[in-house]
Amino acid sequence: MISILERVKTALGPEMAGPGLAFVAVVLVFGIASPQFLSAATFGSVAFQLPELGLLTLAMLLPILTGGLNLAITFTANIAGLTVAWVLRENGGVDAGIGIFIAGCLLALMVGAASGVVMGLVIAFTRAHPILVSLSMMIFLRGLGEFLTRGGDISGFPAFMGPIGHGSIAGIPVPLIVFIACVLGWHVLLGRTKLGFNTYMIGSNLEATRYSGINTRKAIVLVYTLSGVMCAIAGIIMLARFNSVRIGHGESYLLITVLACFLGGVNPFGGFGRVIPVFVALVVLQLLSSGLNLIGANQHLATAVWGILLVGVMILRWVASRIKISIVRRGS
Amino acid sequence: MHQATSATVGEKPLLSLRNINMTFGGVKALKNVSFEGRPGEVHCLAGENGCGKSTLIKVITGVYRPADGAVIEYDGEIYSHMSPVTAQDRGIQVIWQDLALFPEMSVAENIAFHEVLGRRPRLVDYNRMRRIAIDALARLGVTLDVELPLKEYAIAQRQIVAIARALIGEAKLVFMDEPTASLTQSETDHLLEIVRTLSASGVAVVFVSHRLAEVLEISSRITVLRDGALVGVYPAAGMTQSRITELMTGKTFDQHVRARPRDDQPVVLEVRGLTRPGQFEDISLTVRRGETVGITGLLGAGRTELALALFGMLKPASGAISIEGKEVRFGSNRDAIKAGVAYLSEDRLSLGLIQPQAIADNLVIASLRKILSGGLLSEDRKRSLVSRWIADLGVRIGRQADAISTLSGGNQQRVAIAKWLATDPKLLILDCPTVGVDVGARAGIFDIVARLAESGLAIILISDEVPEVYFNADRVLHMAQGRIVGTYDPRQARLEEIEAAVYA
Repeated sequence: MISILERVKTALGPEMAGPGLAFVAVVLVFGIASPQFLSAATFGSVAFQLPELGLLTLAMLLPILTGGLNLAITFTANIAGLTVAWVLRENGGVDAGIGIFIAGCLLALMVGAASGVVMGLVIAFTRAHPILVSLSMMIFLRGLGEFLTRGGDISGFPAFMGPIGHGSIAGIPVPLIVFIACVLGWHVLLGRTKLGFNTYMIGSNLEATRYSGINTRKAIVLVYTLSGVMCAIAGIIMLARFNSVRIGHGESYLLITVLACFLGGVNPFGGFGRVIPVFVALVVLQLLSSGLNLIGANQHLATAVWGILLVGVMILRWVASRIKISIVRRGS
Repeated sequence: MHQATSATVGEKPLLSLRNINMTFGGVKALKNVSFEGRPGEVHCLAGENGCGKSTLIKVITGVYRPADGAVIEYDGEIYSHMSPVTAQDRGIQVIWQDLALFPEMSVAENIAFHEVLGRRPRLVDYNRMRRIAIDALARLGVTLDVELPLKEYAIAQRQIVAIARALIGEAKLVFMDEPTASLTQSETDHLLEIVRTLSASGVAVVFVSHRLAEVLEISSRITVLRDGALVGVYPAAGMTQSRITELMTGKTFDQHVRARPRDDQPVVLEVRGLTRPGQFEDISLTVRRGETVGITGLLGAGRTELALALFGMLKPASGAISIEGKEVRFGSNRDAIKAGVAYLSEDRLSLGLIQPQAIADNLVIASLRKILSGGLLSEDRKRSLVSRWIADLGVRIGRQADAISTLSGGNQQRVAIAKWLATDPKLLILDCPTVGVDVGARAGIFDIVARLAESGLAIILISDEVPEVYFNADRVLHMAQGRIVGTYDPRQARLEEIEAAVYA
């Protein structure tokens, strides 16, 4: 029994325990409380809601692993969305062709990357704290976006964009496919590439990593650049889903992405954390809000329950570590 | 078991411990240990890491509660265990190795905060704090600007601040845990002087140190522990370093000069007139294939700065570095690693290894390209590379995925050496490779160094302990104030001669 558990643990990593247990608990509780919970409809709604928060969380994950933070994620996403909208509007609006849309998306990815490059360069070279640097970027992008849109919504896009936000391929929502592809990409990046390796090492000790011959500046710039690109992907998905852009879209997601990372076992000080547990944590959060919705709770209450869940997980983790220590003491 | 013979400090013991047993999760950390400290004596507690020294100190200061049956007799009263509050109130003070100071706060606050804490009215009296701090420092014969934040001061001054803090209460018994570990020789001498002043005023001092020379110099008696058990109590007079090492480890070491001629070998590193003003001046040296060149000198002599320049992390202002006859200019340590230079940092905890991360990851970090397979890192290649080095250097580990911080100092250092060997270096710079490594494990590190030199690696061995370079290097360079001021051949020079020059 213990050896099986041990093997599962090494396969999934120690970070999996928290989100895994939370997943089982949420499914059990709502499965009993509401007969409709374990239905295709629930999972359909989760599947459509998950990607926005999920993509932004992936954008937050990399900087956190280096011991930093990217507070500009939502505004980077919306600026990228605005870029697409601008390209479409300048080239025919509702009648714009698919080529225009693709060009807009490429430009949006570049805008996202640019936001990341600037933050990365400032953080890597001036050693300014990532919170301050990304906060400055966030304020800049918000101001810029409000100036460009006069604070309003931009809408009126070609009809072919609808399926990107709402369509399904083989029963799987398109945004979910994009999200899962990004999750897998991040999984490989962090687990199998030099950059991923360096990300963890920098998160634990930047100077020791530099002494080991790693180009830490390059790694930091790349991390924030990729974070910006991921924001842009989130921005394009959000644009397609709402069929409009507003600079303030999804602003409330910002801190929830941080908490989703922690729920997924990511060390808040950097150096440790994996993608798959964070993915499960995101699923748990969405199931929780869908479940509460089903039993007729207020939408705002769901957010409050998220907070309680996270505090609960922190306490459980502490309890688990105490138990582990006492087992180790008794065992040896 | 030997019995104490020295009684020059007279009187009956201030502290007397008997029958101390302590168990952690089935592991006996202390086995029936006894200990005694007399007023006015400097008593040294010696033993390897993990022998129970710290545990014993924590029993005496009330951090740990010993098993039933323990007798702690202190200043006329008998306790079965201490509590931290009682220990403090009764004048037992400890200066921990990590000092437990507040770097952001001023010197005065660090020294006096405990004294002004809990007084009424509950207001902070900065003038009083300042006075207390200045007085306490004056007792030690030291003047510091007490307004400055502590972090402005070097480790030696912080040590003194920690001692000053310990003395403002009426200290009767003071423990010093490795107080000289990061001090230079002159700072150490100053500290030892302070310890003497302290004991002359009737305080019982218990001194813990890895540096046996100063143990012999300062203490009147030595209690040796090994594996949680008492080996014996010995008068310092008539003791030798090698005898203490034998008692601590239970093994005998024979130290002999390993130097041998390497003049026929090709030159690997040639440095000419290397200068970085304020750090090192006009350094010229050569290191040949298979040669070990020792660099010794006091801390602050520019040894580490020179090493960092050779490793591409500091830019020299003038002079030239050649590797195998080709002049090189390093833009960063990545260039140096590519050129075949490896540098083992003296600061293993914060620069040498990434403590929270896995043993395996620490070992492969400098040679990631070797574990790439199709552009991606291969877990299998990593595992086999790590296994090979672990076996080769005889590192004792649990699992490769365990954090490097779970290993002992000696085993960590072996991993750090393996990390650099994995980069296929031509020149390996070892900056104080035995810092924080047990006496018993040091010999093992030097055996590895000798083997590497035999296999043709050029090695620069930096150490502030002259015997280390004397016994293990082919040539010894003495650095002082940024310059090479002496060159010795261990086969001709005597150890005492070099020591006299370095510590002068």
